[in-house]
Amino acid sequence: MDITVEKQGNLLLARVAQDRIDAACAIQFKDRMREISLEGQGRVVLDLSQVTFIDSSGLGAVVAVRKALGGERPLELLGLTPTVQKVFRLTRMDSIFTLHDRWDDGLQDAV
Amino acid sequence: MASTEGTSLHFLIPAQPDAVSLALQRVMRARQLTMLTADGRSTTELVLAEVLNNVVEHAYARYPGEIELRLTVDPACLHCQIIDSGLPMPEERLPAGDPPNLGGDLPEGGFGWNLIRTLTTGLEYHRLAGRNYLQFSLPV
Repeated sequence: MDITVEKQGNLLLARVAQDRIDAACAIQFKDRMREISLEGQGRVVLDLSQVTFIDSSGLGAVVAVRKALGGERPLELLGLTPTVQKVFRLTRMDSIFTLHDRWDDGLQDAV
Repeated sequence: MASTEGTSLHFLIPAQPDAVSLALQRVMRARQLTMLTADGRSTTELVLAEVLNNVVEHAYARYPGEIELRLTVDPACLHCQIIDSGLPMPEERLPAGDPPNLGGDLPEGGFGWNLIRTLTTGLEYHRLAGRNYLQFSLPV
């Protein structure tokens, strides 16, 4: 699973560098995010701007990552594309996650 | 009423997650589906993913097999039929597909049938001679 990680102060920015998070790669996604989460202790921002398709298995994997991080370390999502947004809206997960349209200074400073 | 002749597509997909993912990408590139709106495309790919993944996970949970996908495009909607030789649905009925409860411990699954029921029309299932037949229509 191709996810790059960048440290921005206390924050970890994880960029999914492939266009799908589906049933075929949901486990690999969770495993890679587990590795990434060990690289810091602060917030984790997951950049989904390159992801054009997610199914309910992919969504479940994102939820699992959020739960694994625990209540003290929020998982925030960045740059949802229209199809991904639709899945979050239909499952009402858009009311659970903090969503950011784009990376900006406010996001970085609000550590 | 005169019937409009549709355009049909037929796929045979090995019941494995990787094969389903690749097949879906191939389906979505099909010439016959280029007329779908962006919204119609995302709905189609999502519903087909949910249905096919369910077949892989549940119908073929105990033995391998193949999934037949038949799509017929007409001006008003996309008719879909999915046939497999796996285990029947529990009680040979479609799952209720109630939305999972988001209060308390967040659910990591159970969204599939709710998405399918929300996004399709004319959803029907029957079991005949050891095979599962699922059909529905999607807006184009």
